[in-house]
Amino acid sequence: MLLIPCPWCGPRDEVEFRYGGQAGIAYPADPDALSDAEWADYLFMRDNPKGPFAERWYHVHGCRRWFDAVRNTETYRFLGPSRPGQGGQS
Amino acid sequence: MTSSRVPDGGPLIDRSKPVSFTFDGAGYEGFVGDTLASALLANDVVGGFRSPILGRPRGVFSAGIEEPNAFVEISEPWFEPIVAATMVDLVDGLVATSRPGVGRLRGDARRGRRVEHRQVYVELLVVGSGHDGFYPARDAAARGERVLLVEQRSTIEEGAGGDFIAEGVTYLTRATALGLYDEGFVTVLERGSDLDRLWHVRAKRVILATGAFERSIAFADNDRPAVMLSHAANAYLDRGVLVGSRTAVFTATAGAYGAASNLTAQGGRVTVVADVGGAERDPDLVPHAEVLRGWVVSGTEGDRRLEAVHLEGPDGDRRTVECDSLLVSGGWDPNLALWRAAGGGVRFDEEVHAFVPTEGPPWLSVVGSAAGEVPNDDPYWFVPADDTSRHFVDFQRDQAVADITDAVVSGLRSVEHVKRATYIGTAIDQARTSGVITAEIVNAMLGAAPGSQGPSNARPPAVPVSYATLAGQFRGDLFDPVRATPIHAWHVDHGAVFEDVGQWKRPRSFPRPGESMDEAVERECLAVRNAVGAMDASTLGKIEVVGPDAAAFLDRMYTNRMSNLAVGGIRYGLMLGLDGMVLDDGVAMRLAEDRYLVTTTTGNAALVLDRFEEWLQTEWPELRVYCTSVTEQWSVVAINGPRARDVVDAVGTDVALSREAFPFMTFRDGQVAGVPGRIARVSFSGELAYELHVAGWHGPLVWDAVMAAGQAFGAEPYGTEAMHVLRAEKGYAIVGQDTDGSVTPADLGMDWIVNLSKGDFIGKRSLRRADLVRPDRKQLVGLFPEDPDAVLPEGAQLVLDEASEIPMPLAGHVTSSYRSPALGRSFALAMLEGGHGIHGHTVFAPLRERTVACEVTSPVPYDPEGARRDG
Repeated sequence: MLLIPCPWCGPRDEVEFRYGGQAGIAYPADPDALSDAEWADYLFMRDNPKGPFAERWYHVHGCRRWFDAVRNTETYRFLGPSRPGQGGQS
Repeated sequence: MTSSRVPDGGPLIDRSKPVSFTFDGAGYEGFVGDTLASALLANDVVGGFRSPILGRPRGVFSAGIEEPNAFVEISEPWFEPIVAATMVDLVDGLVATSRPGVGRLRGDARRGRRVEHRQVYVELLVVGSGHDGFYPARDAAARGERVLLVEQRSTIEEGAGGDFIAEGVTYLTRATALGLYDEGFVTVLERGSDLDRLWHVRAKRVILATGAFERSIAFADNDRPAVMLSHAANAYLDRGVLVGSRTAVFTATAGAYGAASNLTAQGGRVTVVADVGGAERDPDLVPHAEVLRGWVVSGTEGDRRLEAVHLEGPDGDRRTVECDSLLVSGGWDPNLALWRAAGGGVRFDEEVHAFVPTEGPPWLSVVGSAAGEVPNDDPYWFVPADDTSRHFVDFQRDQAVADITDAVVSGLRSVEHVKRATYIGTAIDQARTSGVITAEIVNAMLGAAPGSQGPSNARPPAVPVSYATLAGQFRGDLFDPVRATPIHAWHVDHGAVFEDVGQWKRPRSFPRPGESMDEAVERECLAVRNAVGAMDASTLGKIEVVGPDAAAFLDRMYTNRMSNLAVGGIRYGLMLGLDGMVLDDGVAMRLAEDRYLVTTTTGNAALVLDRFEEWLQTEWPELRVYCTSVTEQWSVVAINGPRARDVVDAVGTDVALSREAFPFMTFRDGQVAGVPGRIARVSFSGELAYELHVAGWHGPLVWDAVMAAGQAFGAEPYGTEAMHVLRAEKGYAIVGQDTDGSVTPADLGMDWIVNLSKGDFIGKRSLRRADLVRPDRKQLVGLFPEDPDAVLPEGAQLVLDEASEIPMPLAGHVTSSYRSPALGRSFALAMLEGGHGIHGHTVFAPLRERTVACEVTSPVPYDPEGARRDG
């Protein structure tokens, strides 16, 4: 079970969190201006790297706040501090 | 007498405390401190077990968790389907039955052991209490750290006898680390005398002092009872048991000499040592034994237990030596099962001829013999022979060298494939005595260097653990929280049949004595259509959305505009996913300029609130909006039917109820049955309807008032089943029943609620995607079966041509289906390809026993003009 560094609550067990997918994918400023392909890219396409990956977490059974954190997908270890979420719906 | 209890000695047993036990129906005596295995050997029960596949006689082979032969079922004083006799602490009255490798479950769960779960957080967890584990634990505790030390035996190993206790260390004995997971999360099974505890440990650091397992050597008939690993003889001496009176030794290492020496010192007799190792030995350790360097044991003799060994010299000389026990040692393998499962690496070390740890996760370290401090000479895996079909490798799977040979000759080159072909390593003992030897036999057959391939990974749990233990106290009433409304007790008292909606208990209907469910639902529906009915709607999700930007926020979340809703007004709203699919629906009530109360479906309340929070926090932090769940703060009584106004009037309120003063889709704050509340004119049945919202604790009072006042007007309480029929008659889709995450507003015929001109909202852009505007998408329709008594099963598939060949092209499926008391016939809602364009056509539902023809209709079979909602 992962130990997840909530920036407000400190390290907590994985069961308190919900995963939010890749971080940093901001909602487009004007979705109507996007082509179908561009919109589909925003909607469906996500990176799947082996190694460090910035992702969103929601401390749903805790402070109920979203944050971003970088995690190594190979070792499952969280790298460096997390920070409050700054955009990126999924 | 061959194996026996020595007259005195044995630090682990208490000879002043004899206990009685039963094995396979016969009574025996032992002592407190015995394991079942040591007590059996003390009673000269050397065999007594059978191999699971071939049925060969087997005996105790080890003294620990690696035991592959001696499995028992415990039936008293607790029930346990299968466990190694080497891991059972003897208690008075123990009843054990031998089990050939496979346990049997019994129905009586009450006889299972008591279970509890514990959570613990420590700086240091040490697994294994030997020398290498004990001292780091002691030192960490001295530094003031919280330290947990787990030992799977019944005593702390360092300073055997249990008097060697370091202050500040929490000890768990009879405790096995089942698995290591991310970041020092470890599950530990502690087996108390009458209680199993599953510990959930989160440790900053974990030290594995898990020791090493002794290797066996494969030779013909090496599975005969009284053949055992050399260190087991030592372990049994600690319990005052001599495993034989004439003992032979077959070894590749010096370690077996120590065991032989201890046996001799306690009155045993070691007659011959066949030693294939090349290193120097100390012959003084076995003064009376004939030491045959370079010799092997090529086979054994005996009826049900060992009587003699066949020896073969380096020059082909052969001898047979009588004996009643044979100690085998092929060397030692570090116990790295937990290390590897946690992602630790291993390499084959040429010095110690064993797999040793390399890099692992930063919180994990491994010490002592587990770290590779093992006294191995040149490795020796199996005795060559023409026939290796009884050179057993995995005793519990009855697999021999010949079986590995067959697999490799068949073309399998990976240990993982050989494992799957032979099942070696898949039994309860998790290949503890067979894994390395199997890999090395494969390496040798392929002409590869030792260690080219290692054993496959063991996986958690390290020892068998029952589901009851994993479930712990979370069973029965504690399995999942139950949510009930404040009015619940009334429903129970009045015979409600409940259904689970999420965690909520909702009355499905209120059958009267002698009434079937169908009859009850029909009666409840007719009451609403012809008179009046009342439903407890308190479970509806309710969220207050408050703040200067609440209106702008809701405009972005719902497909229609909420910002121009007047204070006091109510508007139905639809919420989409980003993909344009219907996610939830409900109504928004504008309580003030900056305050809305929105409702969600019962099952989606948490999801919708989370979604609000997500967008506010991650995309629109500039919006000044706060969301609060108020689901449980309000009791809601929905009064539906042509006499609804009369009932509310009779209940008593200061709100003017006339059609003109209180129009549809508005609400009024006021007194209800003498308590402050809110009345909302919303309808989920198509009838005149009022929802009474009052503080949660006033729910029972208001409900009672409604029931009392309603009597004069023929009011009935109704449940969710009648609600479903009534809403389906009006074609109101239920999110999650008529939709499944692939349905757009247009598919439901609800384009009218999608406001494309108001600016952006969640899901809007997706509605233009090519796939979402296909004309042949599945669309919501009504169905009238030609046979008005035929109620289609929900989920039934629909086809356009009943004569088409199987597999028939499927055109849709039934989502809701009922008998309508109001229409006097059956009807259904369905998602049908291009359905909006084929009203009046006939489709078919091919069922197992017959095919039902149905007319496609509008999904609003009842009161399509909406004439009834104002009473």
